Amino acid sequence: MGEKADVWQGTLALMVLKTIEALGPLHGYGIARRIEQTSGNLLTLNYGTLYPALLKLEQEGSIVSEWGVSENNRKAKFYRLTRAGRKQLEKEARDWEQTTAIVARFLRPSEDPA
Amino acid sequence: MKRLRAWTRRLAGLWPNERRERELAAEIESNLQMHIDDNLRAGMSPEEARRNALLKLGGIEATKESWRDRNSVPWVETLVQDLRFAVRQLRKNIGFTFTAIFMLGLGICASVAIFAFVDATLIKPLPYKDPNRLVGVYEYTRPCPMCNLSYFDYLDWKKMNRVFQSLDAYRGTDSTLRTSTGTVEAHSAQVSEGFFRTLGIKPAVGRDFYEGEGSPAATRTVLLSYACWKNRFGGKNVRGQTISLSDVTYTIIGVLPADFYFAPVRRAEFWTTLNEAGECEQRRSCHSLYGVARLRDGISVEAAKANAALVAQQLEKQYPGSNLGQGANVVSLSEAIVGNHRTLLLALLSGAGLLLLIACVNVAGLLLVRSESRKRELAVRSALGASRSRLIRQFVTDSVLLVTLGSGVGLLAGRWTMLLLRKLIPDDMLASMPYLAGLGLNARVLGFTAMIALAASVLFAITPALRVSDMREALTEGGRTSAGITWQRLGSRLVVLELAAAMVLLAGAGLFGRSFYRLLQVNIGMRPDHLATLRVAAPSTGYRKNEQQIALERELVRRISSLPGVESVGLCSQLPVSFNGNTDWIRFVGKPYHGEHNEVNERDVSAGYFAAIKAKQVSGRYFREEEDGSKPRVIIINNALARMYFPGEDPVGKRVGNGDLTPNSIREIVGVVDDIREGPLDEPMAPTEYLPFNQDPNENFAVVVRTAFDETATLPSLRAAIHQIDPDIVTVNEASMNAMIHDAPSTYLRRSSAWLAAGFAVAALLIGVVGLYGVVAYSVGQRTREIGVRMALGAQRSTVYALILRQAGGLVALGVALGLVCAVGAAVLIQKLLFGTPAWDAPTLSVTAVVLASAALLASYVPARRAASVNPIDALRAE
Repeated sequence: MGEKADVWQGTLALMVLKTIEALGPLHGYGIARRIEQTSGNLLTLNYGTLYPALLKLEQEGSIVSEWGVSENNRKAKFYRLTRAGRKQLEKEARDWEQTTAIVARFLRPSEDPA
Repeated sequence: MKRLRAWTRRLAGLWPNERRERELAAEIESNLQMHIDDNLRAGMSPEEARRNALLKLGGIEATKESWRDRNSVPWVETLVQDLRFAVRQLRKNIGFTFTAIFMLGLGICASVAIFAFVDATLIKPLPYKDPNRLVGVYEYTRPCPMCNLSYFDYLDWKKMNRVFQSLDAYRGTDSTLRTSTGTVEAHSAQVSEGFFRTLGIKPAVGRDFYEGEGSPAATRTVLLSYACWKNRFGGKNVRGQTISLSDVTYTIIGVLPADFYFAPVRRAEFWTTLNEAGECEQRRSCHSLYGVARLRDGISVEAAKANAALVAQQLEKQYPGSNLGQGANVVSLSEAIVGNHRTLLLALLSGAGLLLLIACVNVAGLLLVRSESRKRELAVRSALGASRSRLIRQFVTDSVLLVTLGSGVGLLAGRWTMLLLRKLIPDDMLASMPYLAGLGLNARVLGFTAMIALAASVLFAITPALRVSDMREALTEGGRTSAGITWQRLGSRLVVLELAAAMVLLAGAGLFGRSFYRLLQVNIGMRPDHLATLRVAAPSTGYRKNEQQIALERELVRRISSLPGVESVGLCSQLPVSFNGNTDWIRFVGKPYHGEHNEVNERDVSAGYFAAIKAKQVSGRYFREEEDGSKPRVIIINNALARMYFPGEDPVGKRVGNGDLTPNSIREIVGVVDDIREGPLDEPMAPTEYLPFNQDPNENFAVVVRTAFDETATLPSLRAAIHQIDPDIVTVNEASMNAMIHDAPSTYLRRSSAWLAAGFAVAALLIGVVGLYGVVAYSVGQRTREIGVRMALGAQRSTVYALILRQAGGLVALGVALGLVCAVGAAVLIQKLLFGTPAWDAPTLSVTAVVLASAALLASYVPARRAASVNPIDALRAE
């Protein structure tokens, strides 16, 4: 897999939530960079797509935002996980793991215990 | 929960919020700056750092757009935008808007109001259990296809039929009720014990009649109608209370449900059983009851009718004296109750529908003209990137907005109109249509309106949207286009359709109007002006004997004659212009007889009656006051009877008797009176016999008083004079004879349908003519340049007039001709509703055609005049 993959629909929210959980309150640029880094630069993210995703999470009450100052002394909007967001993250992570586990079983039928 | 929260926030985002917009810009900017900082640190040049950051972001505006889409609901936003634009457009063309809404509202108002009547009368099921299994059961003779049964026949039919689960009998009567404040009139109904079980009605309070409660020995019991319970007894507990109804004591056993009604007995308040076997019930030839039955499972109305006919045949053989010629008739109960209104209601609904069609076509035409003038706007919008579907969407929004406004106006006006129309129905007639109580905007009426609105919206959206494609080329074509021609062709077709529909409505109204006129011209054989009338019901106690009734008659005539202004007084058993019925079967002494039914109306009249109503004497004499039971029995016949049974003979001196010529039934004809119309105006003249009141008296009769003063003003003093004789005598139906005739159901129905149809026709004429004006005016506008050129080349004004009027005249001629053909077709369908007027009544059709054509040509003359006054120089310069 030499080529970079696009972020596919539905997983961006999970990545965003996980990133904020791992790093604490973070601004949009930081989240985008972090997602790219975590993917080992395999994912290419159009930073613009992050804004609607963040807005959606905010509308759903999973994250809240407030203005703060970045490490480089720039005014920036920081996103923080709410309790509902934490729950959503747990649930979505669980669902995702389950889905990938099932798909993995299909792809490796020889290891099937049956 | 989470979704709901997100949606509320998104909906809230529909309102523009500048702070949020600024915040977004600031956020993007700060993130961008951080990115640039990082890029610089990584060693890029400033320009490259910025370029790279922007590239990664994917464009500031695009980002903002996608954020906004998420922030609110895009399709709602577009819709709101479209709506605002549509409202702005409507406000800008306030004239167009009002015209369109007015026309739509008018059409919908008429349709909704009439449909509400159709719904209440024909669609809403009768309020009984499985109402479609209920039938009315009648005896059948040729002059009377839905006639009442005699008591013995009813009992035999009940026993012998094989098709009815149950058969019960009823009749409506006028009773008197003794109250603490005096004796008052009370409508009541007498029913066989199983009547309510047959209908499937359970009393709301108390119990139904027992089996056997109708026997002569049983205690008299009564059920109250809900309205009676509320109005007369204050809705209090009345079970076990006793009341005095026509001097018989009844115990109240219950109250009927609030929504219960039974139209054939009108608004009967007191429901009793048929305990009293009266004089009539003891004769098989006396018909006093109507039958209502529930069909057995799997039996059709036709099968029931066939079986009932079989029973009737057996009875004919068994009792030829009374039953010869008596067939059977079984009709579904709803048909029996509302059947005679169906054609009229459907005709009116069609009329309203045509009006609505004209209105819609006209509005569509207006929209089309307007879409022409919006060509530029649309062209610009599409050039700026609006897709075809986006433009069509705007048309749909426009049309839905317009139709919503129009339907709203129409619904409100329709509700008001239907209630007004009901208020205009004479109370006496309304009493026989209790189902109209349910008139209103119910689910079915609203559904009907919604369907109209939907159809209209589609029509109005499609008409201009069809043209979107050529409109998009408008910009390339520049200002001058051939599009006007398309519109002219389509518009002309629409106008022909409108004119044809208007012609049908006008002709229909003309035929209805002429029928009504003919009805008013019917010779009633008397002078109805200055006649005051009322009905008198004397209590049975004190007025049961013949001598008492005759004494009452004499005292009443004496007292009323002495009132100021009174010229003459007469009594009769039934007022003229009411109904044909209360018949007698007669036979003539000395004429061959083969058991045929010579059925004639029987009326009992006082000595002064004919003089009082100013009837015309043909031969012989009138009755004398002293002619009572002690004198030889006499009879007066009307001209129709004389013509039918004594052609070419002088009937005076001939003798008449009943079918068996029983000696005490034989009467000598002493006079012939010219035909007085006893039945409704639209029924053929029936042979009628008149007996002297004093030889066949009754405690229930009508009084006719000819006065020199205003007859309506005389009524209170008449009532007072009667109550001076005995305060317990009940007087009802006080009215002038003219009002009686005017409000009689047949007169009323023809008058109201003529007025309604005329209303539709005038509206159709107006709208249709406005439509024609629009088309001609538009075409003149389009041809201004052409006309200018023609005139510059020497065309005379008259030539220009001819040019325009020829075009308009063609449309009018086509519309009127098409309309006439349809009108005759429609008139044949409603022939039953016409009176003395054929469907192809030439005078009516030609007058209405001329009216429509001249109105239409007048409407075209205005634009033609404008065309003729075109200044050629201006017209050419306008290029």
